[in-house]
Amino acid sequence: MSPLDSSKGGVDPNAVTVDKVTKTFPNGDSPTYALREVSFQARCGELTMIVGPSGCGKTTLLSVICGTLSIDSGSIGVFGHDLGSMSDAEVTLFRSRNVGFIFQQFNLIPTLTVVENVSIPLILQGWNYRKAEEKAAAVLEDVGLGGRLRSFPKQLSGGQQQRVAISRALVHDPKLIICDEPTASLDAKTGHHALELLKRSACAPDRCVIVVTHDSRIFSFADWIAEMEDGRVVKSCSASEYHHA
Amino acid sequence: MLRIALLMLFRDRAKYMMLIVGLTFCSLLMTQQASVFCGLMLWTTATVRNIGAKVWVFDAKVEQVNEVIPLREIEVTRVRGVPGVEWAVPLYVGIEQARLSDGSFQNVQLVGLDTATFVGRPMEITKGKIEDLRLPDAVIIDQVGIAKFRKKGIAIDIGTTFEINDKTARVVALCHANRSFLGQPYVYTTYDRALQFAKPQRKMMSCVLAEPKQGVSARELALRISALPGLQAYERDDLFWNTIWWYIKNTGIPISFGTVVLMGVIVGIAIAGQTFYLFILDNLRYLAALKAMGARMPILAAMVFLQSFSVGFVGFGLGVGLTSIFGYKVLKLEQPPFFMPWQVPVFVAIIIILICCFSAAIGLRKIAKLEPAVVFK
Repeated sequence: MSPLDSSKGGVDPNAVTVDKVTKTFPNGDSPTYALREVSFQARCGELTMIVGPSGCGKTTLLSVICGTLSIDSGSIGVFGHDLGSMSDAEVTLFRSRNVGFIFQQFNLIPTLTVVENVSIPLILQGWNYRKAEEKAAAVLEDVGLGGRLRSFPKQLSGGQQQRVAISRALVHDPKLIICDEPTASLDAKTGHHALELLKRSACAPDRCVIVVTHDSRIFSFADWIAEMEDGRVVKSCSASEYHHA
Repeated sequence: MLRIALLMLFRDRAKYMMLIVGLTFCSLLMTQQASVFCGLMLWTTATVRNIGAKVWVFDAKVEQVNEVIPLREIEVTRVRGVPGVEWAVPLYVGIEQARLSDGSFQNVQLVGLDTATFVGRPMEITKGKIEDLRLPDAVIIDQVGIAKFRKKGIAIDIGTTFEINDKTARVVALCHANRSFLGQPYVYTTYDRALQFAKPQRKMMSCVLAEPKQGVSARELALRISALPGLQAYERDDLFWNTIWWYIKNTGIPISFGTVVLMGVIVGIAIAGQTFYLFILDNLRYLAALKAMGARMPILAAMVFLQSFSVGFVGFGLGVGLTSIFGYKVLKLEQPPFFMPWQVPVFVAIIIILICCFSAAIGLRKIAKLEPAVVFK
């Protein structure tokens, strides 16, 4: 089985398994611990939120899960593949096929139209430019942006940009969706709508959605919540348990 | 992704225009100055190209065509005696002063052709007949002379008279000749009459023109003639290049033009390199996002190189195009000198490619160091 084959992961209940992961950043003589032997699981078909105060290591955990940051020790399994055993090129290829990203600042390329931005993950996989745009247009239609295909990101509202970002994350049917503070740049109402859309379009039985946030207003969208503090996961439970606690 | 790369570049109009303008200016500066330099060097060889003889015989100390150390008339006979010489004729070339009908003066390059054969005659007679050169006081004047005399209010045509060193010269034909380095008009006459026009000296002949017999190469014949004491013979191409190299080695012209070309390179590197780097910096966040989404370094490198080379290509094309327009205009006016051999655009293209590689490399260095995780910060 090729570690890079997106079709081989299967419906593993534990889509993401983080085991005793430690990550430090150099800081003079004593390194700064961003993650301290963190263990964490995220399941398929669920929206998992990683929550906690600023600087607790949420984003670092997100980065190591998607392989954009290397770890010092421990192991990370994503849909049965050990990221630590892969080369950089293999991890990059794995990301392009299996991971969809929604960034805090959206990171839509301002000089590209909406449909061009959304087609990028497909083009990275070698899709023909025209076919990629057709698929991107269909996804944008689903999120209600069918009339704004040729608009540039700056011509859109924050909520519309977020919908474009969600479309870009979903267009290549990845198994893992990574969202970094998806509501940080949006007002409460628009953020609520964005999470509704994300939950509706992204959550599927064979897909895992991980959202990093410190916005407690959207905790209700989570199926599972992992709370971090000082580089450790201090609580990991279902959303209902979390709310009752 | 290459199309995406081009869209990112073309739609960032301010930077795209700045890159194009910078590289166009750089390309224009280098191409134009190199072409003017080549044109100037070509002007130094005007006499060689106008006369066109295969073998040129000078005093042994002469290094290039514009240097004249007079020879004795007997040298023609000596040259004719060298095995392999089909024919040999004398030539007079000298700068003389012409006095116009209004009393003003004009220096002219007087060329005295062998009276019998007219070897070295002008390549193109635009009005009149070469044979009329045998008429009394007859001279043929080139287009530069016509233009210079016109500026002084004298319309030159067949029948116009002026004086060369107080002796009457009558225009019997007009011709077109390659312009000389000092821009003096060529005035053709017969060898004997040229000696009458010129100020008398003990030795008057400038050089001997020779033709090799069939089966003898011009270079071989030049070697044979050079074996004669006191004489130095050159094959036409050797004399052409000797003349150019003499000017390159003995004048400040190459340094002057080289400095401007170097400035073009520096301007190109400074403007294009800096602007392209800024373009990369502006897009760094998006490039990091692409990296996070799975764009491998070779893809990003291809994107950056394509962006760099596309502006280089357009800038080079515009620069060479503008230089060509400049050349087209100045060739009509015949000054400043302009000659753009294929080596000039090739040289400039190589420099532009190097500038593009440099610009792309400094951008890529930044991208290579970029952690895709920065998109989460």
